This record gives sequence, structure tokens and C-alpha cells, in this order.
Amino acid sequence: MADTMKMRARLKDGVTEVKVLIGHPMETGRRKNDFGDVIPANFIQLVSASLNGKPVLDAQWGTGISKNPYLTFHLNNAKVGDIVQVNWTDNQGKTGAGEIAVTAA
Amino acid sequence: MQRRDFVKMLFAVSALALVPVRAFAAMWNVNAFESTKLNSALNGLGITEIKASKQITIIAPDKAENGAVVQIEVRSEIANTESLAILVENNPTPLIAHFVFSEGADAYIVTRIKMAETSDVQAIVKVGNQYFSAKKRVEVLENGCG
Repeated sequence: MADTMKMRARLKDGVTEVKVLIGHPMETGRRKNDFGDVIPANFIQLVSASLNGKPVLDAQWGTGISKNPYLTFHLNNAKVGDIVQVNWTDNQGKTGAGEIAVTAA
Repeated sequence: MQRRDFVKMLFAVSALALVPVRAFAAMWNVNAFESTKLNSALNGLGITEIKASKQITIIAPDKAENGAVVQIEVRSEIANTESLAILVENNPTPLIAHFVFSEGADAYIVTRIKMAETSDVQAIVKVGNQYFSAKKRVEVLENGCG
């Protein structure tokens, strides 16, 4: 699941439903391993989505988002073939990106 | 190349390299996200007066078997909703996420969150200079924050 991103964007009745699944441990920094050592915090802090390069959604996340984050959002002016892009950055500076074309449901 | 020019170039390059990192670091609201109390998290977000609204709906389970993964759906029917904050009062750090909607995006989010124990899940939206909120109680049978 690590380093993977799954996306889907489906247009139905004028609304494009974008679903995003990101492979990420989302460690809070409060958990301990079997030896009692604290597992360092490792979580996504910034997520941004754009439609054909134009920003549509900007998110900040804390440690309370579940492991392998899941996100759905709705776009109201996307057309079939438009490109939805999602970028993320975690607290360790690692980044990830994915993009998908809008399809008809 | 003269030493003077080399030093100038070195400064220019290092300044360029630093800018994006700082820009990113500044974007994440450390004060709000690292707050261990609901009120200080709200202060960090600049949220003061909050009005309850029936135009915000939260769909979440009444009982969550596993607090590590609780799916929640939030929708605001209030026109010109600009942003949405999701908070869980009884979590070690109550602020879960903050979303800002630009033109083209509806005020609608589905995501999965961690819940340490039974708590209200609160959604607060910003409309102009006002804040509106809704709450939904979720009973957690097994905690997910370890």
C-alpha cells in the first residue's frame, strides 16, 4: 500500500465525485513498537486538489486522519476528460501526487 | 569567477532552495493541530463565536466498532461555505482536518478518522465572517489511537 495512490473521478447528474485513497502510515508519534520505542510521527499535513490546474480544494490534516487516508469530494463544474490532480506533503517532507481524468458514470 | 561573485551566487541559490520549504511549513497550522484542548484548537483556527446550524449534516455511525477507522461524511448546505474544520473533542489532539473549498468544489467531504474514545464529532464551517457548526455523537467500542 505504501507509496500508492488510487483515484477515481466520475461525473453523474452534473456532479463529479472524486475519490482518493493514499497509501500512508499516518503515524501519530504516540504509538510504541514492541520494544517500547516511540514510533516517530509520520503523517500527511497538506493535501491539495486541482481541476485542469486550477485549485479547487486545499486541506490541512492532523494525526487524526486514519492510516491509508481516504477522501471523497465533489466538483460542480468538471466535464468528461477534465484532469483532477491531487498532491500531498507529509511532516517528513515526503510528497506524492496523482491524477485522473473525469469519466462518465 | 571571482570569489565575490561566487559568494553572491551561493547566497542566491541557498535563498531559492529555502523559499519553498518555508512556504510549506508556514501553511500547516501547528498551533491548531497540536492543541490538546478543543478550545485552544479553535483559537488556533481563529474561530470564536459559533452558531449551531441544521444546514450542516454529519453522517457517521452511532457506534464504531474500531476507533482507528471511523468514516464520516459532512455536507454544508449553507451558501458560500468557504471552509470546513472537523474536530473530535475527546481525541489527544482534537483538530482532525481543515478543508478550504475554492470555486468548483462543493462543501462536501467524506473521510475516515481516528477516535480515541466516545466523543462528539464536530463540523465547523466558515461563511464570510461567521462560523456555523453541527455535532454528531459517536460511541467508540474499541479505541484507535494507541
